[in-house]
Amino acid sequence: MSPDASSEHPLFGLERSMRTGAHGRAEPEEVTGGVNRLSGPLADPSSEAGYPASHPERVGFFTDTSVCIGCKACEVACKEWNLLDEDGLDLTGMSYDNTIDLGATTWRHVAFVEQRIDPSTRSRVDLGMPGVGAPQESTEGADGAGATEVRWLMSSDVCKHCTHAACLDVCPTGALIRTEHGTVVVQDEVCNGCGYCVPACPYGVIDIHPRNGGAFKCTLCQDRLGSGLAPACATACPTESIQYGPLDQLRQRAEQRLDQLHEQGITEARLYGHDPTDGVGGDGAFFLLLDEPEVYGLPPDPVVTTRDLPAMAAYALAAATTAAVTIASCFLGGRR
Amino acid sequence: MREWLRWPVLRQLLGSDPLGRGQAARSAATDREHARTEDADAVVGSVCPYCAVGCAQRVFVRDGAVTQIEGDPDSPVSRGRLCPKGSASRSLVTSPDRQRRVAYRRPYGTEWEELDLDTAVDMIADRVIRTRDETWQETDSDGTRLRRTMGIASLGGATLDNEENYLMKKLYTALGAIQIENQARI
Amino acid sequence: MAEAHPVGFQWVMEAKRRGAKIIHVDPRFTRTSAMADTFVPLRAGSDIAFLGGLINHVLRGGHHFHEYVVNYTNAATIVDESFADTEDLDGVFSGFTGDAYDPASWSYQGSRVNPAAGERDQWNDVLGASEHDRAAAAGGSTPRAEPETDPSLTHPRCVFQILKRHFARYTPELVEQLCGIERWRFHEVAEALVANSGRQRTTAFAYAVGWTHHTVGVQYIRAASILQLLLGNIGRPGGGILALRGHASIQGSTDIPTLFDLLPGYIPMPSAHPDLSLDDFVATNAADKGYWANMRDYVVSLLKAWWGEYATAENDFRFDHLPRLTGDHGSFRTVIDQIEGRVRGYFVIGENPAVGTANAHQQRMGLANLDWLVVRDLNMIETATFWKDGPEVDDGETSPTEIGTEVFFLPAAAHTEKDGTFTNTQRMLQWHHKAVEPADDQRSDLWFFYHLGLRIKSKLAARRLERDADQRERDRPVLELTWDYPTEGAIEEPSADAVLREINGTDANGRALSSYTLLRSDGSTRSGCWIYCGVYAEEVNRAARREPGQRQSWVAPGWGWAWPANRRILYNRAAADPAGRPWSERKAHVWWDERQQRWTGHDVPDFEATKPPDYEPAAEARGPEALRGTDPFVMQGDGLGWLYAPAGLRDGPLPTHYEPQESPLSNTLHTTQRNPARQLYHRPENRYQPSGAEPGAEVFPYVFTTFRLTEHHTAGGMSRWLPHLAELAPAMFFEVSPELAAERALRHLGWATVITARGAIEGRVLVTQRIRPLRSNGRTLHQIGIPWHWGPNGLTTGDAANELLGVALDPTVHIMETKAGTCDIRPGRRPRGPELNRLVATYRARAGITEHTGGDAPTPDGEKRDDGTPDSGTTTAEGGGDES
Repeated sequence: MSPDASSEHPLFGLERSMRTGAHGRAEPEEVTGGVNRLSGPLADPSSEAGYPASHPERVGFFTDTSVCIGCKACEVACKEWNLLDEDGLDLTGMSYDNTIDLGATTWRHVAFVEQRIDPSTRSRVDLGMPGVGAPQESTEGADGAGATEVRWLMSSDVCKHCTHAACLDVCPTGALIRTEHGTVVVQDEVCNGCGYCVPACPYGVIDIHPRNGGAFKCTLCQDRLGSGLAPACATACPTESIQYGPLDQLRQRAEQRLDQLHEQGITEARLYGHDPTDGVGGDGAFFLLLDEPEVYGLPPDPVVTTRDLPAMAAYALAAATTAAVTIASCFLGGRR
Repeated sequence: MREWLRWPVLRQLLGSDPLGRGQAARSAATDREHARTEDADAVVGSVCPYCAVGCAQRVFVRDGAVTQIEGDPDSPVSRGRLCPKGSASRSLVTSPDRQRRVAYRRPYGTEWEELDLDTAVDMIADRVIRTRDETWQETDSDGTRLRRTMGIASLGGATLDNEENYLMKKLYTALGAIQIENQARI
Repeated sequence: MAEAHPVGFQWVMEAKRRGAKIIHVDPRFTRTSAMADTFVPLRAGSDIAFLGGLINHVLRGGHHFHEYVVNYTNAATIVDESFADTEDLDGVFSGFTGDAYDPASWSYQGSRVNPAAGERDQWNDVLGASEHDRAAAAGGSTPRAEPETDPSLTHPRCVFQILKRHFARYTPELVEQLCGIERWRFHEVAEALVANSGRQRTTAFAYAVGWTHHTVGVQYIRAASILQLLLGNIGRPGGGILALRGHASIQGSTDIPTLFDLLPGYIPMPSAHPDLSLDDFVATNAADKGYWANMRDYVVSLLKAWWGEYATAENDFRFDHLPRLTGDHGSFRTVIDQIEGRVRGYFVIGENPAVGTANAHQQRMGLANLDWLVVRDLNMIETATFWKDGPEVDDGETSPTEIGTEVFFLPAAAHTEKDGTFTNTQRMLQWHHKAVEPADDQRSDLWFFYHLGLRIKSKLAARRLERDADQRERDRPVLELTWDYPTEGAIEEPSADAVLREINGTDANGRALSSYTLLRSDGSTRSGCWIYCGVYAEEVNRAARREPGQRQSWVAPGWGWAWPANRRILYNRAAADPAGRPWSERKAHVWWDERQQRWTGHDVPDFEATKPPDYEPAAEARGPEALRGTDPFVMQGDGLGWLYAPAGLRDGPLPTHYEPQESPLSNTLHTTQRNPARQLYHRPENRYQPSGAEPGAEVFPYVFTTFRLTEHHTAGGMSRWLPHLAELAPAMFFEVSPELAAERALRHLGWATVITARGAIEGRVLVTQRIRPLRSNGRTLHQIGIPWHWGPNGLTTGDAANELLGVALDPTVHIMETKAGTCDIRPGRRPRGPELNRLVATYRARAGITEHTGGDAPTPDGEKRDDGTPDSGTTTAEGGGDES
């Protein structure tokens, strides 16, 4: 027990494994073909997008909202790094959330949800949905019967970097691409601002910039990843609510954290976006939530909007063929 | 590689990305992307100027300008993390709203006027000397030594460096100015 | 803590992850509450009742850490029989003279002890009596007077028994009544505290200005100190009472004080006394035992640092160059002196009183009556523009052509544009390096004061022949001042490194000193701030050390430098038992190594390194040598932790619950409504409101408390101008409960106006369940939360909370009460123009407010310190203040 013991501190060990982007190499994956390209499980979206087997591991975010303190460092760190504009000085009345949602100049957004819960069951006594209305008066009696506690949920939202990204699927210019890290980015100089990606996103993330007309969203700090740095938001996050790393590791860590919370009796804890079999093939940025996704403004069961595209294309092709045949037969008939 | 080989349509048709959703659609700009901190001429150790937690910062400088400020992961206090204010430090120091020139308002004036910095310091020195002389108290009415001026006061210090507070206290005390205060009491 | 110190809060989250229980006590449910295991809402201004309840719980249940308490605190010390408690005198202690205390009766039996902080000038006690006393006080080999003690803790006048009696009425029922904390919740906290204290476990308290901004602020901290000492949680890892300070170097600016009552290193500024010599000063301010007994070493070294070769033993080392105090010269006294024309010139350096100080209108009145004003800041803050677009100009009360103040605005350099050290809230100095040059006229404050000093010196020297003898004598302290710092670069920036080295100090050969224990009173050493001595040991700037935390022990001694002597936990001798062994292995920090015969451990021991635990001092011993091997509190005059403060405070030796200056409730503990020694300024622009049962109190039925947001900083000078912060909290607002909203027809997001006797401000309404009405003394009490970051300038603008606040001060440290006040709230925006003042006047009239309201006596005699009459003395080292 010497004062200058130089043994590595366990806290820093934890720190490093959580935060630095020491990417291993992914095992070679067989490129999944055909209809599976647009939905369903897909182990390695980068390979599918043509990157050689030696491409870096798929990385992402695990946002553990149970330790989010709502400080919004992620929002500011993101804007400072990506040089994004301020987007409005409006008091929204939605608790401490004055950013409202993700958009072209807001790539991280912290939602605040005020709830009343029954402390014995930890269940909501009101819906606690985000909204602009004033909360209702509490119904607690003077003797304390029916006493409720306040719960304040905070969660930092971000682009999900879907395994099956509809924004990318619908992009006609090739501006939206899958990167070697398995993330989805917009190439500003390619984007022509057509806006097809905006309604395609099942989460309402991507948006057209009001002034320069291009589509913008979180890049998972593509430039930083290339330099071996973690994204700006995860770097700043004071409480490790935003964890960055290889997706496989994050998923494992998330399961452990979930078990831990469940053991502590926080049975309402759940993961969101972690499941490769969900409607988007799993998110590259997934969450641990303490309530239903809707409460945080997240869609409960997102589906890649291009899931049925191959079938629709087949129908469209059939319809077009039928039409062509019909029209042709009209002409043919006319010749008689 | 010849330039035409980079045409996306060729890469799409000939490469491993037939749907053009990744490799084939990548632009040259995307390939060039890297953190601007890599281009820094210098990385300077600093400390966050907001609260007193004392989070360590790394200041990235290029061509004499601050291009990025981040937490220093080596700090045992902050472990590289910053709050929203600390994260906004780059904006704080590079803000276009920051004042760059001396502004002078003459008594009963209605607008700011320009003033040379050297002249301003000189004028302030004259005012200190004059006010000090006019308000000097050598003793109280009983003859007890006071050796002070009650005509000059100062407020501020909690946002400053120790060295700055030291020079202030030293100079003020030598001048006999005692109403020296800062935010610690407010 | 999650709100204002999010990065520090990571360690709370880390502790929580490892099983620590987090309790948050606050009138408002904040981001900290959201992360806490237990949230305890309480009525703003009732914390002493709450802490007193916990103290009573510990004492009544015998839960104190007996071995720690008996050996390391003054529990056993017997108090003079003339002492009478507030419990005996209905809310006042013995010695009250009508508006202030004579503390003589609070002292220990048979011994005077000088406090390590606070009111230290004991001129009358020491030197008042006779020449003989004076000679004795100046030193000599007379035996020390030791106070009587009773280690069995049963003597009726021992501190332990006095404590028991004093807090006996602070029951869970009383806590419920006064604080609005349900009994079950109180018990949960009390039991958690007890279960998590002792040999194996420790509990830490963290606080900020929610505890200091009160008319009894120092006593709030005292109450926490008593509790933590009883539980054995001081000087041990995971323990302590941690001040979370709000500015980058607010700790540094008290260590090297830009404060009226202190010299560097908590040496008191001398007060005016007839024929005061250096020896007299030391005799009346230094302690007999502990490190304050060496005050002469520190003072002489400081005088040598300032006046160099001119300071000699023959001339008392230029002690007479120091100006003298005659009472409170704090910033609230100063602003009144500005309004009354006595203060003519004002420097405002990185501070924004026009919106950032309580009773902002009063501050602007002061600014408007100056001859000249110098403002140095990054942005064009309200203090620089008050003459042009301040509220009084907007409202037509005055106009620029009526304001004669000459204003110099000088743009400041940012932290990236200068070298220097900040001292963080853990007393750790960290050097920040200059990264870029400041642009145009932007300069560091170091540059400004250095060049201003040069200019003044050269002008005085040049005019020497024109000046009369008195003037020449007056100029000597300036002309003799050491002021020769090397400069760098085209702008001639003085070297901060050289200044830090001067602060550290040098020996007779000009070499950097390594420890304050090397300072001498013979003039052979120089040190600008004795507690910082060692920061430049071996000619190395230790504040600039950045040995990565990953490569160090958890104490991380190789990162920066903490005063004193790079100790990271103060008084850490208390981390070991009286025999010098760790209280437990898991709480080991510093211990006695029997084999090496010295103190060792994870930290630098805060104790004489080779003094064994069984050391007993000789009767004639003085200073550190006079402390036993079991006296851990080495700065205290008796080496002990003070459960009871026999000196140093202006409002009593123990904390007592008083209502805030303005409260909707009557004090039910005793008939003394408020701290009887609090400091008031009855002035037209600073009217007080009636309280409790006084007629008119119902006009201001709601409690308000000011607060900070994560998204902004203090009065906004460094946040309201930044788009990335402004958008996150883009408007001034009031937090109210759904119940209050219903009672006053306040609409969520609509406008509301809050009114006090000083002013009325508008803001948007945030109806939130996080604010809940409390039941207190049988009535429902509504509280309103008011952030104080706004003002008229910048990107996000709004009314300043400080328009509402009156100036009522803690008597020991002169800090104002901002955390508990009363007000009214009504829907809609405030009136503009003269209508605004009319509204406030109407409220004053309705409440029957006069120049006597808020005082304790019904006659004008009740007015206190309104005439500028000096009171005496000094203030404490701790303050914690960072806000408002």
